[in-house]
Amino acid sequence: MIKFILYRLFISLFVIVGASIISFALISIVPGNSAESILSAELANDPKLEEVRFFMEKHGLHNTFLIQLSQWLKMLLKCNLGTSLRTGESVLIEFCSRFPATLELAVSSTLLAVIAALPLGILSAVKHNSLIDHISRIVSLWGVSMPNFWLALLLIWIFGVVLGLLPTYGYGEIKHLVLPAVTLGTGMSAILMRLQRASILEVLNKNYIRTARAKGLNEWSVIGKHAFKNTLIPVATTIGTQLAHLLSGVVIVEQIFAWPGIGHFLVDSINTKDFPVIQGFVLIIAFFYVCINLAVDIFYALFDPRIRYGGRN
Amino acid sequence: MTLLNIVDLNISLPTTSGIVTASNGISLEIGQGETHCLIGESGCGKTIVALAIMRLLPVNAKISGKIFLNGVNLFSLSNKEMRQIRREQIAMIFEQPQSCLNPVFSVGSQIAEAVKIRDKCSAKASKEKALELMRNVQIPDSHKRYHHYPHEYSGGMAQRAMIAMAMALRPALLIADEPTTSLDVTIQAQIMELIKDLVVQFNTSLFLITHDLEAAFSMCGHVSIMYAGFIMEKGTVENIIKSPKHPYTKALLSTISSEYSSPVRGMPPELTKLPAGCVFHPRCSNAMPVCSKIDPQMEKGVRCHLTMKI
Ligand SMILES: Nc1ncnc2c1ncn2[C@@H]1O[C@H](COP(=O)(O)OP(=O)(O)OP(=O)(O)O)[C@@H](O)[C@H]1O
Ligand SMILES: [Mg+2]
Repeated sequence: MIKFILYRLFISLFVIVGASIISFALISIVPGNSAESILSAELANDPKLEEVRFFMEKHGLHNTFLIQLSQWLKMLLKCNLGTSLRTGESVLIEFCSRFPATLELAVSSTLLAVIAALPLGILSAVKHNSLIDHISRIVSLWGVSMPNFWLALLLIWIFGVVLGLLPTYGYGEIKHLVLPAVTLGTGMSAILMRLQRASILEVLNKNYIRTARAKGLNEWSVIGKHAFKNTLIPVATTIGTQLAHLLSGVVIVEQIFAWPGIGHFLVDSINTKDFPVIQGFVLIIAFFYVCINLAVDIFYALFDPRIRYGGRN
Repeated sequence: MTLLNIVDLNISLPTTSGIVTASNGISLEIGQGETHCLIGESGCGKTIVALAIMRLLPVNAKISGKIFLNGVNLFSLSNKEMRQIRREQIAMIFEQPQSCLNPVFSVGSQIAEAVKIRDKCSAKASKEKALELMRNVQIPDSHKRYHHYPHEYSGGMAQRAMIAMAMALRPALLIADEPTTSLDVTIQAQIMELIKDLVVQFNTSLFLITHDLEAAFSMCGHVSIMYAGFIMEKGTVENIIKSPKHPYTKALLSTISSEYSSPVRGMPPELTKLPAGCVFHPRCSNAMPVCSKIDPQMEKGVRCHLTMKI
């Protein structure tokens, strides 16, 4: 198992660096010059030619693609992600100052989604084709198809404006977290709930469920223990992917609730072609993706004895 | 004393290809300590009857008739009372044992779970008891095997584990639904032997479902011959072997002895569209005109126009 984890982390190194190189290459293909766009954003009018040239030489932007790339990789070897062209701050500091907010939002939306979706999914599977199932089907359809920005505005209107219960934007306290977390959690819980329902329904047809009933277990043990544990793999996979997705930043929701996460900053950096930030952020986000996938794989082995890694039985 | 009494059991199941009538007026009795065998071709409804006794049929099944256990009609019980019956009175083992064990729990813990629910004892005591049961069904290395998962068990071992789980319930009645069908021939005999021993040891009545005539005859006191949802003939093993009355029974016997030389032609009917009259008449070599018109009644253990005449 340890060998497996080390091996996976080793492989991930290539994935992570590869992802940043690709994003680097993609950005350099896109027409436009980062010096120009950053300077014009700073000066609020078109920069002069020598200003642009000076900026480019200062940051090594006049070099060819390959030289820039090798310089960046050299820096990376020293665990240095460089500095933002836009703010002049170190990329790592820019990331670390924003990531806690993103993490907080991602984890709480996921928790919310899991807490709501799993019991509801199980319930609608057990009572399938009943009123509860039909209602939850409609609600989840509504949850999946509702765009985030629309749900966010709706929640702001109801809980912020009409009822005046919760602040409509800001960051810092639990009450600020509620509306953005509900916004993001709704779509995710809709997906999870349908998945949980389908997985339970599939498992309930299995022979070992019949055995569990045949020995006189009550429905709670049959479903909550025997069936549920067999549905953990698809459900955990989806939770992992969704969490990873949320960790890479959610632009619209951050914007609406003035949430100081990484999403907004990353999009601004993409617009101004702030290379070091884009590469650095992609690198770190790719790292989180890899870690979550690894965690899901380890979880598989813990919960399904048929899955063993590293050749040991 | 009668332990299980099935009276006029009718079961139909809606399927995409029509309504399957898997049990047609089935009646049979199993006495205390008796071994009863239900024999029939694949798809004739044997498993459905067994599941009806356990009340484990799909919810859309239409059931009529009565099943008495110690004089109590199982269909009149609440779900909770029925669970108690499954815990304490009737246990069942199935074919394809590996698919009947939950893949994500260790085999030993699944046996211990049965002990725990039956004896309401501590986790430690139920583990001890489970290990004892595993030794009892001759699972070698039970301390190690306890922690293994179903995919690490062979088919024969898995069936032993299923038997241990059933015996943990100390049932009054054990239903064994083709317990050896998916196993190797050499293992088959061992498993049958094991069931035979345990039934005596635990003083349990046995309802064995099989299409293996020899196993049935060597293990059981009574047999019922089933065909397309009907019981065609029933009686003690000696009587059935010595003087089978029904042409279908004779045809079945012809497969194991040369005394009767009329193997069955053709295929059994589909349970969605049973023939009129006697269900067996299209394949019966002794069929008379009346057989295709009127369904014979069960009389003196035989359901056949040939014997009704006499
Ligand atoms: N859950 C179900 N829903 C609908 N029809 C079913 C269901 N289970 C079985 N059947 C049908 O009922 C009929 C009888 O099936 P059953 O499993 O009782 O046969 P069997 O005698 O046990 O056969 P085998 O020897 O193959 O186990 C079959 O035609 C089958 O297609
Ligand atoms: Mg069967």
